[in-house]
Formats: sequence, C-alpha cells, structure tokens
Amino acid sequence: MDMITVIVDGFEITVPKGTLVIRAAEKLGIQIPRFCDHPLLDPVGACRQCLVDIEINGRAFPKPQASCTIPVEPGMIVKTQLTSPVAEKAQKGVMELLLINHPLDCPVCDKGGECPLQNQAMSTGRTESRFEGTKRTFEKPIKISSQVLLDRERCVLCARCTRFSDQIASDPFITLNERGALQQVGIYEKQPFKSYFSGNVVQICPVGALTGASYRFHARPFDLVSTPSACEHCASGCSLRTDVRRGKTLRRLAGDDAEVNEEWNCDKGRWAFKYVTSADRITQPMVRDSSGELRVASWPEALAAAAAGLQDKRSGVLVGGRATVEDAYGYSKFARVTLGTNDIDFRSRITSDEERNFLASTVVHSAPSYRDIDRADHVLLVGFEPEEESPIVFLRINKQVRKRGLKVTTIGTKLSIAAEKLKANFVCVAPGTEAAAVASQELTGKSIILVGERASESAGTLSAVVALAHKSGAQLAWIPRRAGERGALNAGAIGNLLPGGRPVSDAAARVDVAAAWGVDSLPSSIGRSSAEIFAAVNAGALDALVIGGIDPVDADNSHEAISAIKKAFVVSLEIRESAVTKLADVVLPVAAITEKSGTFINWEGRGRSFEAAVVDSLNRSDLRILTMISEKLGRSISLPTVSSAAKEIASLGKWEGAVVAFTPVAPAQTPVLGATDALLTSWRRLLDAGSLQDGEENLAGTSRPTIVVISPKRAESIGVVEGDSVRVSNAHGAIVLPVQIEEGAIHDDAVWMPRNSRGSHILATLAVANGAVVTVVKD
Amino acid sequence: MSENMSNEVEPTRRDLGLEAVSSQPVVNDGPAPFATQLLGFWVTFRTMFKKVNTVSYPEVKEPTAPRFHGRHQLNRHPDGLEKCIGCELCAWACPADAIYVEGESNTEEHRMSPGERFGKVYQINYLRCIFCGLCIEACPTRALTMTNEYELADDSRSKLIFEKEDLLAPLRQGMLAPPHAMYPGMDDSNYYKGDVLGFHPSQETSSEVKHD
Repeated sequence: MDMITVIVDGFEITVPKGTLVIRAAEKLGIQIPRFCDHPLLDPVGACRQCLVDIEINGRAFPKPQASCTIPVEPGMIVKTQLTSPVAEKAQKGVMELLLINHPLDCPVCDKGGECPLQNQAMSTGRTESRFEGTKRTFEKPIKISSQVLLDRERCVLCARCTRFSDQIASDPFITLNERGALQQVGIYEKQPFKSYFSGNVVQICPVGALTGASYRFHARPFDLVSTPSACEHCASGCSLRTDVRRGKTLRRLAGDDAEVNEEWNCDKGRWAFKYVTSADRITQPMVRDSSGELRVASWPEALAAAAAGLQDKRSGVLVGGRATVEDAYGYSKFARVTLGTNDIDFRSRITSDEERNFLASTVVHSAPSYRDIDRADHVLLVGFEPEEESPIVFLRINKQVRKRGLKVTTIGTKLSIAAEKLKANFVCVAPGTEAAAVASQELTGKSIILVGERASESAGTLSAVVALAHKSGAQLAWIPRRAGERGALNAGAIGNLLPGGRPVSDAAARVDVAAAWGVDSLPSSIGRSSAEIFAAVNAGALDALVIGGIDPVDADNSHEAISAIKKAFVVSLEIRESAVTKLADVVLPVAAITEKSGTFINWEGRGRSFEAAVVDSLNRSDLRILTMISEKLGRSISLPTVSSAAKEIASLGKWEGAVVAFTPVAPAQTPVLGATDALLTSWRRLLDAGSLQDGEENLAGTSRPTIVVISPKRAESIGVVEGDSVRVSNAHGAIVLPVQIEEGAIHDDAVWMPRNSRGSHILATLAVANGAVVTVVKD
Repeated sequence: MSENMSNEVEPTRRDLGLEAVSSQPVVNDGPAPFATQLLGFWVTFRTMFKKVNTVSYPEVKEPTAPRFHGRHQLNRHPDGLEKCIGCELCAWACPADAIYVEGESNTEEHRMSPGERFGKVYQINYLRCIFCGLCIEACPTRALTMTNEYELADDSRSKLIFEKEDLLAPLRQGMLAPPHAMYPGMDDSNYYKGDVLGFHPSQETSSEVKHD
C-alpha cells in the first residue's frame, strides 16, 4: 500500500494513499468540526464546516478547503483551526450561517444533549447571534414514514440521510429538493419512505432533523443507562446499544462493529423491543390445578409440579431458535443428563432430516464470514432472501455490488425487491425444483453460496448445494433466520449432535461429554426431530415435553403440534403468554433478552456476548430454572449462572474427531396441477406479525403490503387483473388477499404470499407454507 | 523481634503544647464583685427592651423574604395550558438529582401545552432537593418557579416526592383546565411572546369535547 506523509498542524503523519485530510487529522487526535462527513458514506462536502488551510509543495490553495473531500498528497501541509486563523475564521463563518436558519428549539428537540450541532456551536460558534431577520420556517414535523419524522427547519443539508438511503440501503426515497436557502430534504409524495433501514438515518442525522416516532420526546441522553448488547432478532449478529431508563428499554441504536454490521442495523433490531414490556408478560409461575385451570403458584410449588410431571417419564425438549447459546446449552444438557434422551430440537419451523444431516456434517464446523462476501467473485443465494431474513447480509452484498459490481445469482420461487436492488441474476423456479437449478450453476473457488433455512423445505436442495460447493470449491454458508439457531446447533440442542459439534453416533464423542458432565453415559440413539417429537407424543411414545420459547404454528404440522401439546405433560418456559402457555401444565416465567446476560452466535459462528441491560430484573434465565428443575429431579445440570455455562462450553471446546458424513437426498416429484391449482410458496418478511414485533405500531406501519403474487399467465387463466382479490385455499382454510401480477417474477405454477404477515398467517390457516398444492381462484 | 514490633505499634509522641497549657495554674479567686456581674448582664437587660424577632410559630407566621426559595410551582399560560414542555433541562441542571421528568407529544386531541411537547411525568423529590434554584434558572419557558412555601415536612418519604399535580399552579380567573386546544389563531410563539391573555370560548368547547 502506498503511504503518504503529510504535516497537519506541524505534526507529521503517514497514512495510506487516498486517505482524506480530515481522517489523517483524526489519527493525530486533531478534531476538525464536521457534519456531512461520515466514514462509511462517500465524501460530498455539503456542509463546509471542516474548512482548513492546505498547501502542497509550497503552493497554497487560495481559499480554505473542505478537508472531508480532499485526499492527502505528498508534500501537503495542512493547517486546521488550531494553527490557522484563516481556517478558524472560515469555520466560524460557516457555523454562523448554519445557525441562521436553525431554530432555537433545543429544549424540545430529541437530539438535545447528544447533538453534534450543539457541541460544535459551543466549540466553533459565536456566543451571541448577529442575525436580526426572521428565520426560515417549515411545517413541522412531517411524517416521512410511520416511524421517521422530518423537521426541515433543523436540517443543515449535510445529505447524510440521502446518501445513506442511496449508497447503503439502495432505497432512494429521500432526496434534496430545491436549491439555495429553500433547499430541503424531500420525499416522493406518492411513496412513503418504506425502507427496512430507515432507523439509521435517525441515528446518523447530526442535528434533530430526523427523529424516530417511538422515542420522540421520551427521554434525554443523561436519563439513559447504555449497555452494549446483541440483537435477538436475526442471525446477522449486529452489535447494538440498549438505552434503559428505570428498567424500561427506551431505544436501541446500532453498535459499531466493522467486521459485522459496520455502523448500521435494521429497523426491526432498532425498534422491536416493546414485546418485553407488553401486558401479557408472564411474571409469576403457574400450575394447572385439578380443575384444569392455570393458577398462579409459588416457585417451590411450580418447580415441584414440573419435577413430578417429568419424573420417570419419556420426555422431549423443544427449544426455539431464540435462546442464547448458554440457554440452549442448558436445554441440551438437561435433555441428556436429567431426562436421559436425545429427543431435543431447536428447529421450530419447517425442517427435514436432510437439513439435520447437513447441519451436523457441514455447518457446525464451518466458519464463513462477512469478509468472504467482500472477497467473493460470485454470490449464490439459495432459498434465502437477504433483505427479509438477514438484513445486514443484504447490506454487505449490496456494498460489494455497488463498489465492484459483485455478481449475484438468486435461486428462488419469487423475485424480491432485494434481488432487484442487487441486480441479481434471478433463476426462477417452481417450488420443489430448486435442486435442479442449483446443480446447473457454475461457480469458482472464490464464490460463496449463501443458503437459507428455507432450503430445507424443498427436498434435495441442500444435497445439490453440498454437491455444487464440493464440485466448484465454493464456500458454503448457512444463514438461519433466528438469532439463536447457530448457537443452539453449536450447543448440541439437536438430536444428532452433542455440544461442540460432537456426533451422538460417535462413542468417543459421547464419552468425552459424559466425562465433562460427570455422568456414566449418555443416550446413544439419535434423537427425534421436532416434527417426530410431536408425532411421538400423539402416538403415545412420549409423555412429557419441556418447551422453551416456540410457537406451534411455526411449522407445517401445527395441528399435530397443538394436539401433542394438549396431550403431553408440558413444562413451558416463556416470557409471554403464547399458544404453548395456554395449554401447558406448568408455566415458568423466564428473563427476556434485556434482563439477562448471554451470547448469540451469528451465521458466521461469531459469538457476541452481552450483559443484562435491565440490571434489577427479578426474572431468571432459562438456564437457572432448568438447573432448579434438574435438582428437584435428582440429576442436576449444575449450571446456576450464565457464566458457569459459558465456562463449561469453553472447557468442552470443539470436536476434533470425525465428522458425520452427508447423505444426499433426491428431490421429490413435483405434483401434477389442475387448472386452478398452484404450488404455494412464501417467506417471512422482516417486518411481519412476528411476536417479537408486538407493541410497536410505528414499526408495523412500514411493513410491505400483504398481497398474493401470481404470474400474468395464471392471472389470465383465472381471470383476474391487478387490484382484484384472489382466494387461496386448501382443505384447511382459505385466505383472500389483493393480487399483484408480476411478469417474470414468479413461476407460472406458483403462487406467493407472505408467510406470517397481517392478513396472511398461512401456516395457521392453510397449515402449509411451501411446495404444497393450493387452489387459487378469483374472489 | 517482639520488642521491635511493640515499638512499631506504639504511637509517636508529638509535642502539641498541651503540657504547657495544662501546667498553667488555675486562678480561682471566688465570685466576681456584684458590679462586675451586673456589667455582664447588661446585654441581656438591654435586649429585653428591643423589638422581638422570634414569633410563636405555628400560630403566627411571618412572610419570608420575597426571593425565598420554597416549594416549586409549575406555572400555566393565561388560558390554562401548562408552560412545562417536558424538556428535562431542570432535571439536567439539578445538582442533587431530585427532579424526574418524562416528556410526551401533544396531539390535537390531547394538548397540555402549546407546541409539540409537554411534561407527562414531573416529580420533585424534596428529600433530595437543596433549594438551590438552578432548576428555575435552567427552565426555558419559565414554567418552573419557586414559591415562598416552606412547610414541607411530612411523615413519610413517599409523601415528599411531589407529583405534577402537587406542583401545578392552581387555575386562576380566565384559565381553563387542559387538555384543550391552543387559542385560535395563535401558535406557540404567540404564547411565549405573551399575546395570549386568557381563554377563548372556543377553547372551552374543545376542552369539553375532550372530557366526554
């Protein structure tokens, strides 16, 4: 790398070629005031606050220059406001002009107290205003979406928000309109600012021009206790900052992790936190009494009831994909040590044995990373919608697409907005035929395949992906949707693996873990999957279930799941009332993510530990409660604290022995379709009816419309036009939704609808979600 | 060894001059002459004929100095809307961390103050307050001032955390209990300039509608 030496305020510094003057000064600890400059956005020189005096090889620029747009050059001598009276005067002049039209409403402005304009007006501004005219005013505030408010009077026209929308999120909905004194941030009047990343513009706004509706007027920075935290919403693995006042989370901001989320996050991670304080939060243990009613019980009574129900029973464990690594490890150890079974599964969704085999053979020992996306020559997406299912992965791919035209291919059943933004080569397939499309792809050793959790819904897809990765040498990464899935896999919360990726089928691995856990032996047969556990309960092969944080309507066997929960003795560990707690025999309240410490492992296998943001919570972690039950049962898992579990996980380490082999599975036959039959396909949107988004209506306001998508050919055959409603039905039920007809976006055999949006709860209504035959007719 | 240790723990003696003082002989010549004693009582005697400063509180109460720092008050605009905008600058200024404020947005249906923001929660903890007055200096809308009321003793800690309704100024002549709309044709800057002098009949209806 070429290095250049420059002199800033008399100090010499050597920086890489291309470094901006403002950044070189920063390295010396010289702070030049600025508003528009942001290290992750292209330079624009919009605010003019960072003016400095520059001379190159003895030739000085005639006027002060914006240091945020000029890269360093050999022989450059920079004089900032600290040494050059000219630069200082120029900066003061700019500040005075910026403040002319800035309203003096700091007392009501959310940014007050953490405002770069306030701070720099103190450092660079005048004490008294010389302006005697009338300030320019605008109507305030304008709702540019249900969650972002724009106050144009306060805007200093730095263009950070417009550049973010354009360069990072590729949602160019806000722009700068008009010129001169009337210049202002504007939106398309017909289209609201519906971006999944709109919260970032609130965070990077250097004044209070953009504010979030949910936090607006609610607190001041000095009220808040900030805790670095990890996002519990998806497997992207964002670093966050949680701001709490008096035990209540008031806001969350994107943390700064250059390796993962850079400085961004998605709106779900930012604003979906009110579920923790919702009215249906369970605060006390409950036991179902002899009359069949759930009633509040004391902890000793509830634990005794749970232990009595589980004693000497054939039990299974279902832990959702939302648990921290430590909690998942607790469930894993509880199943093996206390219940003596391998019947445990963290996959509360549509799954397959092919997937479980794939996870054990390929995923658990792999460590792909965001950096591999940065370096890839070709990204292949299989059964994965990055913007909807792992938004930071989308931002990272998008960055490379913008920077160097990274080639993206997506194999999917419907073209998505993200695929259009990524200029992806869309390989349109009918649901169930992904495997053939994957097999025909050409990749190189520098490519990366990102395969989503929905690949398990189409038999043979994962086999084709493994074969393609093997043939081409391309890197393979599995990106689940939920934050805890990768961690639960590593913790062995699945029937065919023990912690650390140790195969259950390997006797040496079992001995390894049994020794660490201080037990004689561990169950040796491969455990049941979640669907098999429910089926076993219904068939009378299992008597009891320990369920932590799952929704029975997340899988396509939901009727079977609900009848199993009704039939079995169920101990439910939950934070809020759910379909499971309504049917459970013992309900034990657990701590929500803000109330406990823990670790999430993202799709890369990268762990992010966090401390409790709400320190004075009385709620206990799943781990602590499982330990108490196991003690009552006489076979303790001895994991009283999160740190004890973390230590035990670390001491167990990873499996160094032989890995399970992957057994390919052949694709299924596609069904024969009648005239009005179609193959249903769907995915979950980022903003949908998920229970972790409850209580945040402003966020729900920016979710995408609930529609049915069909091809023009099908529209013609059933006689519908855009704006009509169609009825999608099967033996279980029917959903009527407005239709959207998209040319080239969906296979003629397929019909797409969102999996769990308002008005389209297809797993609850139709009991299927992908690849099944449904009837599509005009309503 | 043990001797050394005992030497270490023994405090070092320093000459503080005490011995010199204690060695002064005490002079005791018996009672002073009567005339000398009378001279000593002269101040007492003279004060008996002076104006009395103490009053028999609580039967009699003297007014305080006009700028005495007493209990706080949250003022109202002349039409009854609250002056407090919930900005928390008082809480920020407070050196004793005695003030707690939560802001909220005004809406057309529920308006407590002119402008966009009002104070939803306002608490002053008089167990902490040191009556320094920095809060009233910080207040940008003159919503918070101090009264001369000083009788703040009570028998429980919780009673000494004053809520917003305890602190709000009473409704006077021409004032209307919020929530109600702003004076027709006026905006928040008119309120701050003092253009609003009382409530308008239309505000009364807006208030009544809201109460239904």
